Amino acid sequence: MSLSRRRRMLPWWFALPGLLWLIVFFAIPILNQVSVSLMSGDPEKGYELTWTFSTYWDAIRDYHAQFTRSFGYAGAATLIDFVIAFPLAYFIAYKAGRFKGLWLLLVILPFFVSQVMRTASWQLILNDQGWLVARMQDVGVVSDDGRFLATGKAVIFGISYNFLPFMVLPIYATLDRIDRRLIEAASDLYCSRWTAFRKVTLPLAVPGIFAGSLLVFIPACGDYINSSILGSSNTTMIGNVIQSKFLNVLDYPTAAALSFILMGVILLGIAIYGRVLGTKNLTELAG
Amino acid sequence: MTTVPESTETPRRPATAAGGAEQRDICLEHVHKRYGDQTVIGDLSLDIEQGRFYALLGPSGCGKTTTLRMIGGFELPTSGTVLLAGQDVTQLPPHKREVNTVFQSYALFPHLSVEKNVAFGLERRKVDKHETKRRVAEMLETVQLTHLAKRRPGQLSGGQAQRVALARALVNKPRALLLDEPLGALDLRLRRQLQDQLKAIQREIGITFVHVTHDQEEAMSMADTIAVMNGGAIEQQGSAEDLYERPETSFVANFLGTSNLVDVTPESGTLDHEFSRGTTVDREPVRYLTHRAEGYAGPIRIGVRPEKVRLYATDQEPPAGDNVLHGKVVQSTFLGVTLQYLVRTSGGLELNVVEPNLVGNSAGTFGAGQDVQVAWDARQTFVVEGGTAGA
Repeated sequence: MSLSRRRRMLPWWFALPGLLWLIVFFAIPILNQVSVSLMSGDPEKGYELTWTFSTYWDAIRDYHAQFTRSFGYAGAATLIDFVIAFPLAYFIAYKAGRFKGLWLLLVILPFFVSQVMRTASWQLILNDQGWLVARMQDVGVVSDDGRFLATGKAVIFGISYNFLPFMVLPIYATLDRIDRRLIEAASDLYCSRWTAFRKVTLPLAVPGIFAGSLLVFIPACGDYINSSILGSSNTTMIGNVIQSKFLNVLDYPTAAALSFILMGVILLGIAIYGRVLGTKNLTELAG
Repeated sequence: MTTVPESTETPRRPATAAGGAEQRDICLEHVHKRYGDQTVIGDLSLDIEQGRFYALLGPSGCGKTTTLRMIGGFELPTSGTVLLAGQDVTQLPPHKREVNTVFQSYALFPHLSVEKNVAFGLERRKVDKHETKRRVAEMLETVQLTHLAKRRPGQLSGGQAQRVALARALVNKPRALLLDEPLGALDLRLRRQLQDQLKAIQREIGITFVHVTHDQEEAMSMADTIAVMNGGAIEQQGSAEDLYERPETSFVANFLGTSNLVDVTPESGTLDHEFSRGTTVDREPVRYLTHRAEGYAGPIRIGVRPEKVRLYATDQEPPAGDNVLHGKVVQSTFLGVTLQYLVRTSGGLELNVVEPNLVGNSAGTFGAGQDVQVAWDARQTFVVEGGTAGA
């Protein structure tokens, strides 16, 4: 093989491990699940490929409420996380000084404990006889005879709590990378501090906000731990349905079809979201 | 580079309200700046007249950028007053000051096109849309970037980005433009080219430019007035000629070009109405203009530029009235345009000599080890502050 030819091949050799990984652990399972979703049969006799597209329509008809609830919960949690994470990330990037590292450590510290453990602890804290619920009743977040646990609010709270670092870190990273002189330049060009924030800092933080929202929203849509620990049968999310179809009912075709519907809707959502924020901005600023 | 007007013989000064009288534009009075217990600027005062191209020149860490940032409002002085057009602006934030800055790394907004970057200041001040459009287009024309109006800063070369930064500041018609090493990141050829352009633009619009640089050639080629800074204070300010021909401190003498500095013990009584006399460590007599040593008591230090000095063989007669020192050539270097010599006197003084290459063969030159006389016109002697140690 000539030298120039070998040079041309080199990038492909570098890509090979990743490519193999993708084929074995992503492409093949996806194709496999596509075929599963089109199968029919039952757990006793087994399933075979019959190109049963109606599974998809049945899944949407039977579980559209859970889908809507999942997107609602995930959307609410994403919004809450953004509201909490942006000021926090701003503080860490600009005001924390030499304690930056410590603050970042504190943000990711909960990850050192398993998600199930953390969520279960919240179940204890939020239980009906607990101090916290009593206080919440005092301020009226929860009605006097009501409870917090086993409500949609508790699930949204759990999701927000569990995914907060995924919002903080990307926003922090983009804010931290913004050249401080840009703020000075804005101030030189007649911006008050607030205008400089609105016209320079915020637009430059968009890639981080976009990344953070996806990192929270996507896994939150498919999450089932928060709903099963902090929720009730009225807060069932699509993740719970998929989990039970796969592991309990062994209705593989429906579980697979639900997964693909979820994936499709999320992809569509991201495309619209990216378009709204301006994909041009995202790709150019990321570079 | 053609749209900028030809440079005229004498720089045009805009007529001031006072009818031609020079007007102070920027004024610092007894400004101090301390960070913790570290003093960055110690009691600095300066006056910049309107329409001047004023350069703050000095090595890194001398406080020149801090001084500029205090004029721009990015740093507050620990004490002292900053005046713009006679108005005290010491406590005003940058967006309320009538000056604009060209930042060292340009600080262009990466999320906005070239056009939008230039329009940024006008939009913030709510200038009429059509007016904004017209002024942006005009400004882009001036810096010859019309064809790049829709580009993002990330797609520009260093020189282009520099011109966008200039346009973004100038489009606001500031009272004064502050430039923080605006050419620092560019290669030499481009720097020279942009220096000419910057100077031409300044002449054309006639506003005050305050330019921070560590490049003496840049300062000398562009500025009307240069302030040489060292250790948080202004060592000397004046025209390039003032500073080069009559430096007043050892630092200035060696920061702008190089100098031969010689410690001298003055002899009492003036020689005549014009000159004073002193002796060097080699006990050789030297003369210098009396008025240049005014205000100095005790030992002084005199200096002369290497190109003002000529070498003579021991059997030659230097011109009458020259200061003459005797020494041995230590090193002789042929540089094409010039010949450079290093001469050491018996007392250990080292003198640099730069002679034009007039001879064309090595017969007229001096080799290492040769005894020579080092001579220069006594009028070319300048006096810096009294020295103690060697130069």
